[in-house]
Order: sequence, then structure tokens, then C-alpha cells
Amino acid sequence: MLILAIDTSAVASAALVSDDAPESVLASFATEDTRTHAEVLAPGIDALLAEAGVSGRDVDAIVTGVGPGPFTGLRSGIVTARTLAFVWGKPLYGVMSLDAIALEVAESTDSAAEFIVATDARRKEVYWARYTLSDAQLPHLAEGPHVGFAADLPDLPVYGAGAGIYSDVVKAVAEFSTRQPEALSLGQFALARLAAGERLLDSTPLYLRESDAQVPGPRKRAL
Amino acid sequence: MNRTQPLVLGIESSCDETGVGIVRGAALLTNTVSSSMDEHVRFGGVIPEIASRAHLDAFVPTLEEALAEADVTLADIDAIAVTSGPGLAGALMVGVCAAKALAVATGKPLYAINHLVAHVGVGLLQQGAGTPPHVLPENMGALLVSGGHTEILRIRSITDDVELLGSTIDDAAGEAYDKVARLLGLGYPGGPAIDKLARTGNAKAIRFPRGLTQPKYMGTAEEPGPHRYDWSFSGLKTAVARCVEQFEARGEEVPVADIAAAFQEAVVDVITSKAVLACRENGITEVLLGGGVAANSRLRQLTEQRCSAAGIRLTVPPLSLCTDNGAMVAALGAQLVMAGVEPSGIGFAPDSSMPVTTVSA
Ligand SMILES: [Zn+2]
Repeated sequence: MLILAIDTSAVASAALVSDDAPESVLASFATEDTRTHAEVLAPGIDALLAEAGVSGRDVDAIVTGVGPGPFTGLRSGIVTARTLAFVWGKPLYGVMSLDAIALEVAESTDSAAEFIVATDARRKEVYWARYTLSDAQLPHLAEGPHVGFAADLPDLPVYGAGAGIYSDVVKAVAEFSTRQPEALSLGQFALARLAAGERLLDSTPLYLRESDAQVPGPRKRAL
Repeated sequence: MNRTQPLVLGIESSCDETGVGIVRGAALLTNTVSSSMDEHVRFGGVIPEIASRAHLDAFVPTLEEALAEADVTLADIDAIAVTSGPGLAGALMVGVCAAKALAVATGKPLYAINHLVAHVGVGLLQQGAGTPPHVLPENMGALLVSGGHTEILRIRSITDDVELLGSTIDDAAGEAYDKVARLLGLGYPGGPAIDKLARTGNAKAIRFPRGLTQPKYMGTAEEPGPHRYDWSFSGLKTAVARCVEQFEARGEEVPVADIAAAFQEAVVDVITSKAVLACRENGITEVLLGGGVAANSRLRQLTEQRCSAAGIRLTVPPLSLCTDNGAMVAALGAQLVMAGVEPSGIGFAPDSSMPVTTVSA
């Protein structure tokens, strides 16, 4: 099975993953920047397909990170994935973006049995979720995703860029302190879930915050 | 690529309309629009984040519907065009990313298009099957009035020579309508509500200010002032607020219909007088009226009257093509293809303040 995975919940990234490829990777890219998704994502995917010699016809499914993440960036990846899936006539799945980091934690030598993944939610908050690990299984999402202050996180080791920013108030795991969700791990997570016969999400974005719009109150009268 | 009668798909997402239009040369095949306007009603104005969320969910269904309605497939398309600015940054981003994905998935060339110039481009579409395409005169102007913009443009060439003669320096005219409608307790959108109520009011009962009309702003034709062809509507909105407050302070009933009529007259008077002045002084002999406020009955009436008095020919496209839509983007895209302009590629960035001098990126 060949999957094109896309995630723009923090950085812009895409990957071609397949259970036939060594370590399941055909090609991948990720930017470091979190604010140029509209420019770099489409050219990146175009180059990825060319590099792997893959056309839309060869892809079996599209997977998109559904956040949480800053809204404008997040939408750029989701609308890209939805459009590609529509044009190519392929199934489209969503994966919660923090799962990408959780998978990397599970595969590292530095993992804990229970841990938090956190990314930057701006406005002095983090997006976070709590995971548990058991032998030879994918990380299990025990709680979340939520948005909130880093200081209010459960007292567990915290992985991801959200921990790095607030290392003064959380137990940040140094090796992961700048880690962002990326399409490569997201795609591998999706591949493993599908291979295990488990379901994935649809492509509905996880905004976690309302639009901030205020309904105007009645106008004050002059008297 | 077919450069004589190109089949072009246009995508629009700069404000609250998700539009996909398809044209073949100058012939309109479909104009499919999904609007999030209803979701903005309780806020009394367009909320960018709500508009962006709606674009994300509306895009693929709107695309699918447009293709079905035009009875074409993506394989038939010669080129894709998308609004890359000006507009709401987050809203533009959705349409631009969708258009780029479409270009990647189909391998079709992509044009990044200026929204304002597209409002003019729609005037080049045939008015019906079998009619000849409209040819731009030498001295073409465009008056664009909507909730997002108020501009007077000179177009020497729709594909590469557009000049901004004047624009609002604060609120767009449509925005002023929305704000005043809220002051008067009328609904959103304000334009239709005020237009309707104004018919029953006396426009001469109150005189509201016409912004930027004092000599220090206007100057003379020889020595133009700093805002000769520009508009300002924020002072007018304040004047309406003061007026309402004064009636309330005196314990009198607020003459809502008269205020609506007088406000509308102030807006329409200053828009049309400055637009016609700009046309006369720049040798413009034909004007296109575009933007959602082109639906306003008094604006149409006074523009017609003043244009004809000045010997200027006025064109008003059908209303469905005046409001933001994908057909106008497709129409301009087709003009660019026919003129041999190179596509934009897929590396451009949306530009929320794209100048009109940039017709395509
Ligand atoms: Zn417009």
C-alpha cells in the first residue's frame, strides 16, 4: 500500500510511505518554517512525486494531519489533501497530528510508559495529548488533544516543540524539545493502523478553539 | 494548450464566497458559488476565520458541482486560474492551496490572478450564446464597489496595463452600509436593507458629509490634491452615529428611513461624482460597474445618470457576475491565456494587498 501523507499542523511536510519500501519510506520533505505553507507545499509534493517516480494513479490513499495546529497553516494541508484525493479518486484519511510525534517517541530509546506530546498553540498555550505505551504496540491516545497552558499539563515527561518552549514549567525531554509533527511519521502511523485493521479519522480539522468572533452587543443608547 | 478558445477553470476565495467558474474563451459555461454569508449575519460583518473554515469545507463540493454543470472533466481543462489577492489572507490561502493541488494533480498550468482586475475581466464575457465577445475600448475604466473594496481603475490592457486612479482610504462602501445598518437596527448585509428602507425616506431631510471633497483634498485638474479621486466613509459613519444619538438624547423617535435615505445619498453621490470626475479627467469613455454594491438601485441609477450626462458609456454585468465569483477569475484567466501570458507556476504566495498593477503573479 502506497500512501501520500501531508501535515501542515506546524511545519509543511509531505511523504510517500509504502509497506513495500525499506523502512516504509519512498521520499519525504519537511520545511523548518511554520509560515510559508502556501508557497512550499505544492512544489514540495510535486518534487516528491517526481523523485519517487510516482504518479497519482499509483497512490492508494491520501492521509492528512488534521491538527491541532494554527488554523491557516492547518487548512493549507487539509485542502491540498482533499483536492488531490478528489482529482485522483483516492480514499482520504485523517490522523491527529500529535500522533506523529507519539510514534517517534515510541520508537526512541528514550520513551516513557506514559507521556505527553505538546506543540506550540501560540497565545502562550500548547496543544497537547497524553499517550500510553505497551510492548510492540502503537502509542495509545489516552487523552486529548486539548489546548491549554503548559503549566497545567499532567506531571509527566513532555515531548515536542511545545515542551521546548515551556521547559521552565514542564518536564521537557531534551532530545524532542524542537520536534514538530511531520508527514513521514504521520504516514507511517497511518500505514501501521491500516495494516492492523484499525480505523483512521476523516479529514475534519481539529481546531479546538472557536473562531474568536464576538457577537456585537446591542448598541448603547444615548440616554 | 488551446490558446484561441481556452477552457479555463477559475477559483475565488478572497472573502466569504467560495466560487468555481468555467469559461471557454469568452463564453461562460458555469458560475458555481457557495456563500458563508448566513454564518456572518449574527456578527454583522464577515468574520475572516469563519469564512476560511467555510471555504475549506465548500471547495471540493463546489468544484464537483461546477464540473458537472459545465459538463466537462478536469482532463478537458486548458488552464486553472485562482484569486491570489487582494483579500482576506486566511481565505485566500484556502483557494490558492486548492488551486495548486489541482495543478499538481492534473499537470495543468496555473495563473495567480488579481481579484480586482477579475471584476473587470468578467465584463469581457459574452452576454449570451452567439453574441460576439466584448472588446475592450481604448479608454476603459472600472468602478468597483463592494463590501471589501471601492476603487476606480483605468484599464489600458486587461492583461498587463491596469492603473489605480482612486480608492477608499478607510472603509469600503459596502462595509459602511453594514456598519450603518447595525446602527439603525437593520439586518446584515446592510446594503439591501438600507436600499429598501431608503425608498420610503426623504434623502434631503438630513445632509451627511461627503468625505474628502474639500478643496485641500481635491485640488484642481491641473494640480490635483492628495485625494482627488479617493473616498473616505468612516467620517460618514460617525456622522450617522451622532445623528442617531441626537434624536435619542432629545427623546425623539429616530427617523430611520430618512437617515437611511440620506446616508445612501451621501455614499452614492460621492462615489459617482468622484468616479465620473476621474473618468473625464483621464479620457475614459466607457465604464464598467462591478462589485456587490452594483446591486444597489440608487447607485445604478445615479451612475447611469451621471455617466450619460458626461458622455460615458456604462456597462453593468449581470448581478451574479458582479458579486465575487469564480467565473470572473476564469474570464480573466482566459484573457491571459489568449494573450500568450506565461502561467504563474505553483510557487507563488497569496498576497492580501496585491496591487492592481499586478494582473497576474
Ligand atoms: Zn470583489
